[in-house]
Amino acid sequence: MLKYESVSELVEAAEKRGIRISDLALEDQAEAMETTPLELYEKMEIDLHVMWEAAKTGAEEGQRSMSGLTGGEGFRMTEYVRKKNGGLCGPFLGKAMAKALAVAGCNASMGRIVAAPTAGSCGILPGCILTLLQEGAVPEKDAVMAMFTAGAFGMVIANRSSIAGAQGGCQAECGSAAAMAAAALVELMGGTPAQCADACAIAIANQMGLVCDPVAGLVEIPCIKRNVSGLMIAFSSADLALAGIEAKIPADECLDAMREVGDALPASLKETAGGGLAATPTGRKLQKQVFGS
Amino acid sequence: MNIFDIIGPVMIGPSSSHTAGAVRLGRVANKLIDDRKLVRVEITLSGSFAQTYKGHGTDRALLAGIMGYHSYSPEIRDALEIAAARGISYTFLKQNIKGAHPNTALIRYFTEDGAEGTMQGASVGGGNILVNRIDGMDVHFTGDNNTIIVMHHDKPGVIAAVTQVMHWQYADLNISSFFLSRESKGGNSIMTIEVDSLPPEDLMQKIREIEHVTNAILVRRL
Repeated sequence: MLKYESVSELVEAAEKRGIRISDLALEDQAEAMETTPLELYEKMEIDLHVMWEAAKTGAEEGQRSMSGLTGGEGFRMTEYVRKKNGGLCGPFLGKAMAKALAVAGCNASMGRIVAAPTAGSCGILPGCILTLLQEGAVPEKDAVMAMFTAGAFGMVIANRSSIAGAQGGCQAECGSAAAMAAAALVELMGGTPAQCADACAIAIANQMGLVCDPVAGLVEIPCIKRNVSGLMIAFSSADLALAGIEAKIPADECLDAMREVGDALPASLKETAGGGLAATPTGRKLQKQVFGS
Repeated sequence: MNIFDIIGPVMIGPSSSHTAGAVRLGRVANKLIDDRKLVRVEITLSGSFAQTYKGHGTDRALLAGIMGYHSYSPEIRDALEIAAARGISYTFLKQNIKGAHPNTALIRYFTEDGAEGTMQGASVGGGNILVNRIDGMDVHFTGDNNTIIVMHHDKPGVIAAVTQVMHWQYADLNISSFFLSRESKGGNSIMTIEVDSLPPEDLMQKIREIEHVTNAILVRRL
């Protein structure tokens, strides 16, 4: 049984047997949860379908959050990408950004989502995986398996560092989601387990120190847009790793550093709406607009 | 922790602590209400729950859970309307509960047969909860494990009788945590028993048949 306490454990175990990290995690989790790999695979398949639905719901015109502070981002981006042939980043990344916005918007409007690893960061993994799937770059079976890779990395991150904004800041939520997605993308594109670890490390390194400063304490501003930046970091980190550019600091050490940085962050920057964007004049004004005080 | 704690849960947004956790708190009350018809609930929101409940739909989430919906049920959005249609009246009070975790809710429910009860718990992050009090008595469980709540009169031998039924009839059932609380000597008491696996269907009935036990409820792993 795996301990999920280090990325190196995952990489070594997978490389020793010549299998993907997803195969390793599926087999291990089936044993740990006293069930069959097929049953777990089907459960993950359902999660993938929930992600599809969320991306669809969140891209509808007129989507609004419960507070009314945000809404319609997924629709606007989808329209823009369609009309402008993808815009600056091109059709592929444009569609991926639109999906991340749509899923995060679906969450803000009390729609159904898959926390990955959290509700606030739920747009990053589907933005990456669904777009590859939609563009025909990978078969669905591989996409479902890649979610096991994302999950395995996420378990290590949770054990070794944190996946809670209240504990580690946004680096622990959007940062973790981007690292998980980066590892999944590398596997989907045929990279090695070691390259998955490199992508994870690069993504974590690129979001180190990101604070959790939601306006009015709501999972909307800046969370929805940070799903897009997390997604972009996931793609760029995966590409770097696939190009053979190694992480200079190993993934496990990046996670330890993220934990230390999270511990060093003051409480005002850990989901308390006491600092950062939440404490700006506009942030305070919006808070007053929603809650009256 | 397993892989679906990371890729998951499937939930209604926007917040695992203020929405999904709130539904799960409500669901514990739903288990306590059991088959009785609910007519009224008074929900006290404390700390961060009191400040931000509207933007997170915490009110809808708690009510949905009390009505038996899950943290993934799309009905959460319309929980206020559904409650009204079912003839359940509800009020939300904003009041700080001293010493309580920042995301705490106290649920007081009234059923058609004239009975009432209370449950207090906190949403402690990531959709995880901690139930602190039932009917004014201290309990301590998270919903991470299958939990058996036994309400009984404080008499010698009741604990032995309950654990004996569990052990002799279902040898595989292992207790991972046990907590006892009572109102007063000889008065109402509550056992909180967390177990590793899912107890068989008929265990609750067998426990209810034990002398001095007034009720037994299973709160399945949430």
